[in-house]
Amino acid sequence: MASLIAVSPAPVHELDLDLDAFEGPFDLLLTLLLREELEPSEIDIATIVLAFVEHLAERDEIDLEACGEFLVLVSALLELKARLLFPEEAAELDALEPEEAAEELARRLAEYRLMKEAAVWLAERLAGERDRWFRLGPAPLAPQPERRLAPQERNALATALRALAVPPPAVSLTHMALRFPPVSQFLERFRALLSRRRRFDFESEVLGLSRIEQAVAFLALLELRKAGEVDLSQAAPFGPIRISRSAASEREEGFEPSDSERITTWTARSA
Amino acid sequence: MDSTLRLIATNPLDQLARTIEALLVVANSPLSVADLAEAAEDDPERVETALGLLRERFSERRSGIVIEQVAGGYAFRASREASAACARLFERPIERGLSQAALETLAVVAYLGPCSRPEVARIRGVAADSAVASLVERGLISEAGRENGPGGAVRYRTTPLFERVFGLESLAALPRLDDLGASSAQIRDRLLEVASARAS
Repeated sequence: MASLIAVSPAPVHELDLDLDAFEGPFDLLLTLLLREELEPSEIDIATIVLAFVEHLAERDEIDLEACGEFLVLVSALLELKARLLFPEEAAELDALEPEEAAEELARRLAEYRLMKEAAVWLAERLAGERDRWFRLGPAPLAPQPERRLAPQERNALATALRALAVPPPAVSLTHMALRFPPVSQFLERFRALLSRRRRFDFESEVLGLSRIEQAVAFLALLELRKAGEVDLSQAAPFGPIRISRSAASEREEGFEPSDSERITTWTARSA
Repeated sequence: MDSTLRLIATNPLDQLARTIEALLVVANSPLSVADLAEAAEDDPERVETALGLLRERFSERRSGIVIEQVAGGYAFRASREASAACARLFERPIERGLSQAALETLAVVAYLGPCSRPEVARIRGVAADSAVASLVERGLISEAGRENGPGGAVRYRTTPLFERVFGLESLAALPRLDDLGASSAQIRDRLLEVASARAS
């Protein structure tokens, strides 16, 4: 801080303050605040600003360097005071303890000081390099050609293109003309079968039919099951589907199982 | 007829040196050894040796143009003794009117970059918008991505032109920050010394 004031000698250093809680030079006020011997909340910052402005008016000249430093210092003071005045809000903002705030103030001042010194070095460097002249004309580097493909034979390329130019095969629309056999056709067929036999295998009955016909036959089967006319059984997934008359249906029709059918039933259940 | 026999020693690198010379004349920004080797289709080590020959040939007080190592490469510039003549014919728009605020912002970006405008403002204590815009316009800094997170601020870093204007071989040629000023601990200690002296 001492060096900071030494760089800009006049107003900030000479500024004498007469506040309610403090009387003396500005740099002493800062020191006491940093040493926590003075409460920031007791300091009237507006009065400090007024004193500085009056001091500037008395000098009848404006030192921009000093004004800038004064602004930085006063804003740091203001931040310190604000943190203490609003402790709850400050906690939400990851508030700093007074000691930490003082450290932060010193750290920021040091950081700014370093950058200011760096700027001075850059300015001196620039002045020292003023006799270096070089070209800045617009001569951008030519874009590098990128050959991602290996060299190709012209005829081979033409053959490949010709193959691509062949019209695609016509789309088959045969499925649009599919005719579905009526479900009723299979209903009648299965009912007729069950009037002769008590049970049969679905696969053996639809063997040789087209896929569509097999699907419609299966729908007919489901219809019969829904109406309670048949019982369906399947010993295992993907196993043969067995269709038999339902008990209700048998009672209505007055069927009695034959001996051979009893044996088949027993065998099927055992399986 | 008497004639004097002269032995002309030809350096095997002369042809490569002439090629490099031509490349540097055409270029408007420094060319690295790798750039030169690629363009000349030659070995980088031979390029460096040829550059050594050229630097000797194109040096101050021997030639009006000088080869310098700057901004990560090699480039031609006018010799310093010709600078006054250059100044009468050309101006230096990049450096013209470079304010104190712009220099401080440039220092922050050079040392801490890539960094955003809010970071520059936090260090300097004032908004850096116009200083950053001025430096971007001059080509001394350029955008370098954004800060993490949605809506992250644009970050900036110095350009090769910055290194060239300031005559730096690279950013590593900047002086160490430790050598520039006192640390925060030193500042605090000096504050306490002043306070003790006043109290006694």
